[in-house]
Parts: sequence; C-alpha cells; structure tokens
Amino acid sequence: MIEAEGLCKRFGSLAAVRGVSLRAPNGRITGLLGPNGAGKSTTLRILYTVLQPDSGDARIDGISVVGDPLGARRHMGVLPHGAGLYPNLTARENVLYFGALHGLARAERRSRTAELFRRLEMEDFADRPARGFSQGQRIKTALARALIHRPRNILLDEPTNGLDVMAVRTLRGLLRQLRDEGHCILFSSHVMQEIAALCDEVVVIAHGGVVAEGAPEELRDRAGAESLEDAFVRLVAGAGEDTDR
Amino acid sequence: MKAIWRVFAKELRENLRDRRTLISALVFGPLFGPLLVATALSLTFRSANTQSDRPLRLTVSHAQRAPNLLGFLREHDVRIRTVEEDQAAARRAVAAHRGEEVLLVPEDFGLRLTAGQPASLLLFADESDTDSARSVQRIAGIVSQYGEIIARLRLIARGLDPLLTVPIVIHPIDISTPASRSALALGTLSYLVLLTMLMGGMYLAIDATAGERERGSLEPLLTVPVRREYLIYGKILAACAYMTLSLALTVTAFAIVLRFVGLDRFGMSADFGPRVAVDIVLACLPLVPLGAALMTLVAAYTRSYREAQTYVGLVLLVPTLPLVFAGVLGLQPRATLMAIPSLSQHFIIQSLIRMQPLPAGYVALSVCSTLALGALLVFAAGRLYRRERLLG
Repeated sequence: MIEAEGLCKRFGSLAAVRGVSLRAPNGRITGLLGPNGAGKSTTLRILYTVLQPDSGDARIDGISVVGDPLGARRHMGVLPHGAGLYPNLTARENVLYFGALHGLARAERRSRTAELFRRLEMEDFADRPARGFSQGQRIKTALARALIHRPRNILLDEPTNGLDVMAVRTLRGLLRQLRDEGHCILFSSHVMQEIAALCDEVVVIAHGGVVAEGAPEELRDRAGAESLEDAFVRLVAGAGEDTDR
Repeated sequence: MKAIWRVFAKELRENLRDRRTLISALVFGPLFGPLLVATALSLTFRSANTQSDRPLRLTVSHAQRAPNLLGFLREHDVRIRTVEEDQAAARRAVAAHRGEEVLLVPEDFGLRLTAGQPASLLLFADESDTDSARSVQRIAGIVSQYGEIIARLRLIARGLDPLLTVPIVIHPIDISTPASRSALALGTLSYLVLLTMLMGGMYLAIDATAGERERGSLEPLLTVPVRREYLIYGKILAACAYMTLSLALTVTAFAIVLRFVGLDRFGMSADFGPRVAVDIVLACLPLVPLGAALMTLVAAYTRSYREAQTYVGLVLLVPTLPLVFAGVLGLQPRATLMAIPSLSQHFIIQSLIRMQPLPAGYVALSVCSTLALGALLVFAAGRLYRRERLLG
C-alpha cells in the first residue's frame, strides 16, 4: 500500500511536483498517467526515496519515506527508468548482488533468483554477461533485481519503454500475476493503451499535480468522453487552463 | 556495515573482468614505469661516468723507455699493461679491441728528454668511442701534469722561480656525487610509483559515480536499504585494493628492473631488495585512500564518463605536482614539508633507496597527515553520495 500526501518538489525555479496526493492499494495495479514532464518520474522518485520531498510525505505500508527511508526501501521493489545493469556481471550476478544488498542470506538469494529466472523465462541468458543484452533481456533482469527481496510494493517507471510486443505481453502477464498475489503495483506511463490494458486505478498527473483519479471507466464517464484517450486530453487541458489562470 | 564488504566484493569481481581497469592497474604501470626509470638511469650513468673515478686502463708499449713516467701514471691509479709493439701493431690492437688505448714510447724518448727537446709520446685510441675519448682526455691530463713537473724542475735548475710560468690558477670545485647527479632519475621513480598507484584505481573511482550514473545503475542502487555512504565506502575500498595491487606490482617491477641497472653506482642502497621494496609499498599505503577518495570526488562532479576521464586524468597530476617542485627547487625534508601528502611519500621513498633514514617523527608526521586528509576526503565523498544532485 502506497499513500502520498501533498508531495512538493522544486528544482531551482521549476516546481516539478506541486502537492501530489495519491493512494495505491494492495492487490491493484495503479497507473500514473501524464504527458512528458508532468511530474510522474519525480513523484515516483520521491516515493522510492531517491529524492526527498520539499514538503509532504508518503507512506509505504505505513512507513514514512521521509522519516525512515531505509525501512521504506525494504518494502518496495523498484524498476527505475532505463534499467541500468552492470555490463561485466551476468544477469544472475546482477540480481544476486542486489539480493546481498537487501541482506538476504546466500542460500535464499540463490533459490529466489532461480525462481524469478524461471518465472521471467530468463534461463537461457541467466549466465551471460549483461553487456550484450537486448532491451527485453535488460528489463527482465532489472525486474528480477527489483523483486529479489519479495517486496510487497512494486514501483515501475515507464517499464514498457523500448520493449517489443512479446516482451510487453510477458511483462503485463507478470504484473497481473503479482497483483493477484496481493502486491501493490504502481507504474508510470504516458502511453494510453498501456494504462487502459493494465490498470485497475489511474492517477492522472499534469503540470505537477493530480488532476483526476479513479478507475479507467470512471474517468471516462466523468470527462464525458468516448475513450480514455479523449478523457485524458480533456483532463490535462483543463488542468492547463487551471494553472494558467 | 556488511553492505560495505558486499559492495567491495562485487566491485572487485566486476573490475577483474574489465580490460581497461586491468590494463591500467596491472599492466601499464608496472611495465612502463620501471622501463622509463631504467632508461633514465642508464642515460644518467653514462654522463656520470665522465667525472667518475673509475680506474683508467692503459696499455703501454716499450714502457722500459720511460720508467719515471710509468711510475707517475701508476701513482695516479692508471692500471698499466705493458707490451712490446711497434706502431702498426698498436694500431691493429686498438682497432681489434674497442675501448683499448695504447701509449707508445718512441725509442728516442729518453734522449730528447735529456736534451731538453720536446719528447713525443704516441697515444693510439679510437675516439669515435665516447668512453675511449674520455680516457684519452684523462691520460693526456696526467701526462701533461708530468710534463709540467719536469718543466718546473728545469726552471729551478736554471735558478728561476717556476711560479713565473703559472700566472693564473683556476680551481673548479665539483661537489656532485653520483647520488645527486642521479637525483632527477630517482625523483622520477617516486613520481612513477605514485602515478601508477593512482592509475590503478582510476577507473573504479570514475565508475563509482559517473559510470554508475551513465549506465543507469545508480538509481536502482540507491533504492536498496543501505546507507548511501556505505555504498561509496565499499567502492572506495575496492579502488584502494586495486591501487594497492598496482603499487605492489610496480614496486616489484622496479626492484627487478633496477637490479640490472646497478644501483650502487647511484648511491642507492646497494640492493633494492625485497626489504626496501616492502618499505616503499608501506610508505605509499597511507596515500591510497586519499587518492581513491580524491578521484571519486572529482568524478562525482562531472556530468559524463568522458568528462570524468578528462578531469580525473588531470587529478592524477595533482599529487605528483609537489614532486616536480621538489625536483626543481631541490627541496629537502623539513617538518612542514613532511605534512604534505605525496611530497612526504616522495621524501620517504628517496630516503629508503638512498639509505639515508629520515627521523621517525618525520615518517609519523607523513603517515598521520596523509591518513587524516584521506579520511576527510572519504567522508566528503560519503556526503556527496547522499546528495540528490548526484543523480544528474
């Protein structure tokens, strides 16, 4: 469960996030939808404690990201933008390293890695150096790395970027599985189809603030639009007028 | 705290597979440094020879014709071999044996001397050989001294003051020793030891910040439940390990190469043996964390890997600057100077290879000040890793 209250973050004169509040419950996939530069990544980065909010706070399973960032990190698995790996380590070593940093015992790291590699269908490249990986292989490795410590909450920043259709399908399947197991999943995207296909809840962000939230159908009805895309455009445009005034 | 070791172990393993790190840490330094110094020392040695008091060897033909001259030469440490050769034979002998000089005493030498006429001596040598040319100069010098003595005796015999013929005397006073003449080459040694030591950790230091950031692995790393300064401490520790390895290899390579150069000729400890090598490594060790932290700090402020390479490359020169000043200004160890990291290590290395021990207090001062500054920089690097701007 992820709850954010009035998150604000400025970079110099730019207010990237202005009072974002949101709630991502367990057993649901929550999508953070917004145009580029709306503040999605900054919000996520605050949630996964890489950035500190100027004001506001967020709780991961009740643990404050401001007060106890180390504790909060134990409860989340993070797939940041880009999914960088260590090129000289194999996929397995990349994942095991993070298992070690999460404080898992050696035997546990090994069995958990093997389990994840089976589940993500990674066995054929598990022991190859990450240097020559395709984008799909990279994302899978980064995902296994994010899940090594069995986190209850999973945060993903634009996870499908650069993936081919097959890889996207695998990823979607996995996220649904994780949801059904009761995980809280929060992911950001600017791709409408992505959100429509996967999300139980949507939080629309524009100009650094939340402009709407609810189930996809709800948002559509509320905006009086035919499709989620139309709803999105209206919501974002409305927020633009709002801030311009 | 365990996390520090885990990061350390991972960095160690990962970099073992990195060709760039391996070449710069384990191949380039240990090979390049010692070869450079060996070459420099050999060149120094050649010129140092000019003033050296290496005994002169001289072949004298028909020595019995000039017994007094022979005695005079022997008094001046010339090692004489006597033969009976005519001019043609002397010529052949010189041509056949490079480096041999033959002094031929003509048959009329004694007669002309007694008659007060210029008596000639023939000196056969191949002056295209620089060593031979120097020998000729020295022999000519000694012979002309002998000639002057005879000249004075002649003046005295005629009731004249021999000083009349010596209106001016110049006394060149050369205070150089072989050790001081090789100061530059030896200074290069500490310079190269420190440089290769730093190079050993260069890529790890860059990787800790600029590298991680550029390949996008920094952000995931910062989401693990480990204090950020522990992450950077682990990385600095790994850089230290590679620097130490590089240092040990370089000094070992020096020890091996310099054995063939003949160190005693430079006033260095007669053998640059295992004991001195170990001492040099120990003397440099306090500088390792300082160098690793300094390079990490600089790399953290850059925006890309390439930029980091450029700036860290420049930083490699910073610890070597004091050495250059020491060389140019001819600085000698002083308490204030021993507090300067890298310069003090330079002094310690120099004292070790010259077997001129420094006061224990000086060494303690060097170790303490270097470690203290190192700790400060490591701490600063830890602080830097906590800053958000690190993400770029």
